[in-house]
Amino acid sequence: MTAFSPRTDMLEAEPAVHLLPPRLDVSGLTKRFGGLVAVKDLSISIAPGEILGLIGPNGSGKSTAMKLIMGIEKPDAGVVRLDGTDLAGLPTHQIARAGIGIVFQHSRPLHRQTVLENIKLALLPDRLTRIFASRAIHDRAREIAERVGLGAVMQRRPGSLPFADLRRLELARAIARDPRVVLVDEPFAGLTAPELRSFSALIDDFRREGRAVLLVDHNVKGVSALVDRVVAMYLGEKIAEGSAGEVMRDPTVRRVYLGGSLETHVRDSAALQAAPVLLDVDAVSVFYGKAQALETVSLHVREGEFVSVVGLNGAGKSTLFNAISGLVRSTGAISWAGRNLAGLTPAAIARSGIVQCPETRELFGALSVQENLDLGGQHQPVSQTRDRLAWLFELFPILKSRRTQAARTLSGGEQQMLAIARALMMNPRLLILDEPTLGLAPVILEQLSLALGRLRETTPITVLLGEQNVTFALPHADRVYVLEQARIVWEGDPARFAAEAGAAYL
Amino acid sequence: MTLRTPWRTLVLGAIIVALGFLPLAASAYVLSVLTVAYYFAVYAMSWDLLFGFAGEVNFGPTFLIGLGAYAAGLLNNEGVPLWLCVIAGGVAALAGGVLLAVPALRLRGPYFGLVTLVAVLVLQQIVVIFASVTGGEIGLSVADVLSIDPGPNYWYAYGFMLVCGAILVTLSRSALGLILQASGQDAVEAAALGFNVAKHKMAAFCISAVFSGLAGGMVVFYMGTVSVDSVLDIAVGVQVIIAAVLGGRRTIVGAAFGAVFLILADELLRPLGQLNTFLVAAVALVTILFFPDGFMGLLARPGART
Repeated sequence: MTAFSPRTDMLEAEPAVHLLPPRLDVSGLTKRFGGLVAVKDLSISIAPGEILGLIGPNGSGKSTAMKLIMGIEKPDAGVVRLDGTDLAGLPTHQIARAGIGIVFQHSRPLHRQTVLENIKLALLPDRLTRIFASRAIHDRAREIAERVGLGAVMQRRPGSLPFADLRRLELARAIARDPRVVLVDEPFAGLTAPELRSFSALIDDFRREGRAVLLVDHNVKGVSALVDRVVAMYLGEKIAEGSAGEVMRDPTVRRVYLGGSLETHVRDSAALQAAPVLLDVDAVSVFYGKAQALETVSLHVREGEFVSVVGLNGAGKSTLFNAISGLVRSTGAISWAGRNLAGLTPAAIARSGIVQCPETRELFGALSVQENLDLGGQHQPVSQTRDRLAWLFELFPILKSRRTQAARTLSGGEQQMLAIARALMMNPRLLILDEPTLGLAPVILEQLSLALGRLRETTPITVLLGEQNVTFALPHADRVYVLEQARIVWEGDPARFAAEAGAAYL
Repeated sequence: MTLRTPWRTLVLGAIIVALGFLPLAASAYVLSVLTVAYYFAVYAMSWDLLFGFAGEVNFGPTFLIGLGAYAAGLLNNEGVPLWLCVIAGGVAALAGGVLLAVPALRLRGPYFGLVTLVAVLVLQQIVVIFASVTGGEIGLSVADVLSIDPGPNYWYAYGFMLVCGAILVTLSRSALGLILQASGQDAVEAAALGFNVAKHKMAAFCISAVFSGLAGGMVVFYMGTVSVDSVLDIAVGVQVIIAAVLGGRRTIVGAAFGAVFLILADELLRPLGQLNTFLVAAVALVTILFFPDGFMGLLARPGART
């Protein structure tokens, strides 16, 4: 082999796109919100015609990273180079004019205008003097509408379109700007399989046009068919980078998504199997406008059982819990201790013994720990309240030492404990915990996990836990359901989870 | 929809022409009521451009109207010709508006609205404090009037409203109107589409200010006086806002209908005394609560289904 012969072996090993200078080059990107470092020293680069997946669990900083690139949030440090020009810190409209486009997950088109007019909007120059759109803009808008598959509905108003077409409209507006870099937030959320295929094809077209594409999603699986490379984030930092397969095999990524060692504490399952069914959810569906958030979900919880529903952010966990608590309208049947919950108000459902501890915690920030707990015990007899309080302070000793402190001055982990304790003050028959680990550091998770373990061992309480953190959700569970894209895709005992459902979770 | 549109245009055209001939048939009283209503319509249309399109609530429309009116009145008493004074009114409102909006539009949420509200109170106080120049609470008589006959006065007002309305409607349906709506509804998305949201909102505020100021100037030369009660009072501003919302947000034309309705209802119900204001306010309240899209929303509803 001479020095002039092409290095075909190298070209095969490396996709050609890597040889080009990066179109988008981000380095040292950092963003702090108060004490929280949302994005820490993040560096990514995308070549022309390359599709990069940016993945990470809820709260990992991937969405913030996208907003920093687009200028929707101002970075504290770092550079965002587009073909060599640094755009970091510029206002959003200048970054957009420079050539970066974004496809938002939730679009808010103009509802009094037609689809075509909505696309035209994106084609208009940023000038005050242009009173009327030119013929060229009109023709270009039609062309784009045809390209994304909106040709037949150009003259309709967005309100009458199905969800997938609204996403197409959002894509059309991004195309209209002819961006060199396209950021796409959760490209496939809420789409059916055929819609997903046509959407993938549209994004794939960007590659041929030499645009650099960043797909932001929760897991590798959602974007693996489309991406050239994947960057995984956790707690604001990059933890892995490589091909989709490499990232899925990466030990750090596996630990973040699946947990290092999946512990399970098996209880006497025979006794639990014999217990009566307390909560029975039968073929429940929920729609938010046009997007289906829950699709014929069925599950049951027996008296005294600890059931975990695991699923990524957006899978439908909170929707399921809100349907049970009567906070969202649903179809299907939900029966509770043999009684149909249909038509009951959220307050009546709560009084009947179903207490939900929401993801957002909903503490009274200005009130003290003690006052928050007292409010939880409002409807209980005074003598019982005193005993419960003593028991809760035993379960969460840290709350006892903080009892006079305002709730908002507590750390995230302490706030979560207070939220759970307040829910327990209401003496629930079924405690629903919605993502208690959200945004908590690993050391806090251990404390919380210990408390849940004690709760499970020392009381006959029934618990329904929703989590995306499998390590946290599995140890105490008697049974596990996996919720994925609005459907239950797996059910079984935690011991079998890693082998059967773990791979699907990445 | 396609069948209805030509009819709608025809009916509207016929009404516009017929109203032009009204001075030949109607009494001086009717004409004077409508004259006021037409100026009011311009206030409301200007306000709707800012609220309906740019999404910013100006709680003090009388700040701009008052600036225009006092500038026109004061200059006229210095011997400046009438029409120059009206134009100066528009310029004064624009200048004052920019001075207010540059710092205020940086604020988010309800603060912009609060700033505009406070600005009116400040302007009122200035007028009262400098009573030797402004006439204070008694008001200021101006040297010139448009006409002493109700007919020509009606035509001035009517023509003025049609011209302002045509310009505002055209602007609202133009590319600028589209960008303004996008900025008003979702500023982040508008910016991501490459539009300087602040610049476009500022432009909407300036346009709104110019037309408010011009209308304020015209009113001075119709009434022959300018006073706090007629062009500056918060109550006048509230009337403007109610008229625009009643007529239908984001329609411009609706605001004009709302204004004429409000002034006419006020006159027709006058024999009821105190009950009058109550009834008009109650109708406005019910409309805003149950039909937030206003009169135009009710009209457009059957068509929207097709």
